[in-house]
Amino acid sequence: MPVNSTHYLFLSLLLFSIGIMGALMRRNAIIIFMCIELMLNAVNLLLVAFSKIYGDADAQLFVFFIMVVAAAEVAVGLAIIVMMYRKVHSVDINILNRLKH
Amino acid sequence: MGNFSQLVYLVPLFPLIGFLINGLFWKRMPKALGGIIGSVAILASFCVALGIFFEVKSPDFHGPVIVTLFDFIQSGKLNVPFAFQVDALSSLFLLIITGIGFLIHVYSTSYMHDDEGMVKYFAYLNLFVFSMLLLVLGANYLIMFIGWEGVGLCSYLLIGFWFKDKENTDAAKKAFVMNRIGDLGFLVGMLLILFSFGTLSYQEFFGQLHNGGTIVPASTYNWIALCLFIGATGKSAQIPLYTWLPDAMAGPTPVSALIHAATMVTAGIYMIARSGALYSLAPMILHVVAIIGLATAVLAATIACRQYDIKKVLAYSTVSQLGFMFLALGTGAYTTAVFHVMTHAFFKALLFLGSGSVIHAMGGEQDIRKMGGLGKHMRITQITFLIGCLAISGIPGFSGFFSKDAILADAFSSNPVLYYLGAAAAMMTAFYMFRLYFLTFGGSFRGTEHQHHHLHESPAAMTIPLVVLAILSIVGGYVGLPEVMSEHNAIASFLAPVVTNFGEHHLSTSLEWTLMAVSVSVSVIAIIMAYTANRKPNFVPSTGIAKLLENKWYVDELYDAIIVKPINGLSNLLDKYTERRGIDGVVNGVGKTVRWGSDRLRLLQSGQVGFYIFIMVLGIVVLFSLSFFWIK
Repeated sequence: MPVNSTHYLFLSLLLFSIGIMGALMRRNAIIIFMCIELMLNAVNLLLVAFSKIYGDADAQLFVFFIMVVAAAEVAVGLAIIVMMYRKVHSVDINILNRLKH
Repeated sequence: MGNFSQLVYLVPLFPLIGFLINGLFWKRMPKALGGIIGSVAILASFCVALGIFFEVKSPDFHGPVIVTLFDFIQSGKLNVPFAFQVDALSSLFLLIITGIGFLIHVYSTSYMHDDEGMVKYFAYLNLFVFSMLLLVLGANYLIMFIGWEGVGLCSYLLIGFWFKDKENTDAAKKAFVMNRIGDLGFLVGMLLILFSFGTLSYQEFFGQLHNGGTIVPASTYNWIALCLFIGATGKSAQIPLYTWLPDAMAGPTPVSALIHAATMVTAGIYMIARSGALYSLAPMILHVVAIIGLATAVLAATIACRQYDIKKVLAYSTVSQLGFMFLALGTGAYTTAVFHVMTHAFFKALLFLGSGSVIHAMGGEQDIRKMGGLGKHMRITQITFLIGCLAISGIPGFSGFFSKDAILADAFSSNPVLYYLGAAAAMMTAFYMFRLYFLTFGGSFRGTEHQHHHLHESPAAMTIPLVVLAILSIVGGYVGLPEVMSEHNAIASFLAPVVTNFGEHHLSTSLEWTLMAVSVSVSVIAIIMAYTANRKPNFVPSTGIAKLLENKWYVDELYDAIIVKPINGLSNLLDKYTERRGIDGVVNGVGKTVRWGSDRLRLLQSGQVGFYIFIMVLGIVVLFSLSFFWIK
């Protein structure tokens, strides 16, 4: 079976869905974080696929942007998680409820 | 003659400078210096005014001189320059205001020397004179209105000068509110002029009236004249707005003299005399003016007969004399009214300053029931006060005789009924003035022993103005000799280029002599009555009509009942329902709703991060479906 552009779209959709489900269902902050990265990369894949379909390089530009932003986000996000672990010795998001109401 | 009329701006400038210096530095300035600055400012104005007067009087002077300082309002067709008008009428008023104002300032330096706010007092006094000068100098109604409001403000400040006493501040508020009612009339009249004639300048307005440049219905004249007259009733204390003037006695006595003689109350007379050309076109309103004036003259005279406060008597006499002036205006005798303004300024300033001297000697006591026999202790005050009384009573030889008699003669030629009532008011004038005189200076002292020791003649700074004013009260009348005595009526011919009497009738010589004899004899009879009635004064509580008079016909109570109380009631009602329940209710209701809503809404913030993510995803899905189905 030849691989064409549509397969990339479906792959991207699949990755994104996995990311969403993971972010919604898991309680471990690191897993959620990874799921978010997964979603970002699914979008990247989508953009590249469309770039290929329409023969337009603009979308690839966005991919680089997203990568840069994602790298920055990873740095900040991981730092937060590290700090959180030092404070409460856990990465379970359900105990982070002190600011409720 | 020098070209003084071009320097006219100096006349109000000096008091303004005096006000600024005293007003800005009143806390640090020594009292004596403040008094000197205040007095010198007015003296300088007086000198310039004197120069202007003689220039206007000289035969080389042709027509009014308009001195434009700058463009004040320029908006579309409306063009109001800040301009002064020098002519016979304004130059005469300048002399009265600055001359008498100066004497009152000098008097005040002594009268107020114990007061801690003396410099502030002089600042107000200078501002007062400045406003009044602006009022008479303006070349259009708007400048007059600025001065008009200025004197209202200054009267408020000065009546309530001893503001620590609530009664004084109440009197000040009353004066201000009463004046504001009148001011509204003036403002409406002014706007009517602007709408109908497109100008506010005297020259253009009267020019159009004269040559019929603008065709307007006759009722327009009536409305304008009526509105301006309402303004005049407020400022010049006529029925129905006169009640503030007697209460204005709460201020220091020299202020009363200033308000009653030189500034403020003469503004209404000035305004109507200035607008004489307009009033001559509205004969109906002239009748109203005459009737209101006469009614005020009689009413105030009756009240004055039963007052026991030395200043209240004088206050009601001012109201009554102003009534006479309006009577003169109403019969079309504008120059006669201005003449009476002048003589009245002399003797009323004299009487007030004299009463100030008495109050000074009595240590602040104003009740004439506790005075008596003061003549022995203060001879100069007594003699000058007597001259003032004789002048106001219209005894031949004194200034009041000439002006009052001219008014009564004009009234007779207009309508004999006006004359009879006017003569009755004149008779009462003589009665209450001499009642006041005999109770104060005649008989024996009725006050406390302590006051008796304290009695003394006032210092020279107070007696010299009294003497000057007494001399003026005698000679001031000779500028307006009646026709039967002299061919030449100096004041009428002086004012002729600006205002001339309207609808003048000529009485036969014998009739005029008779009228004079009648008014003099009723005055003399009244004086004799006053003497016999007050030789052995006993102050039993009055009953019947006397009680009615003592309580001023209950006019204040009447106003209180029919105007003040209903307005207060309405305000309370509005406060309770519209303000508190209506507006406050809506505002508080909004606050309460938001608070209630947020109380519920904040429960969403559960602290469950998973829940937040779920909501976020849900939101994104909703947004996507919205953009997918609706927004193409």
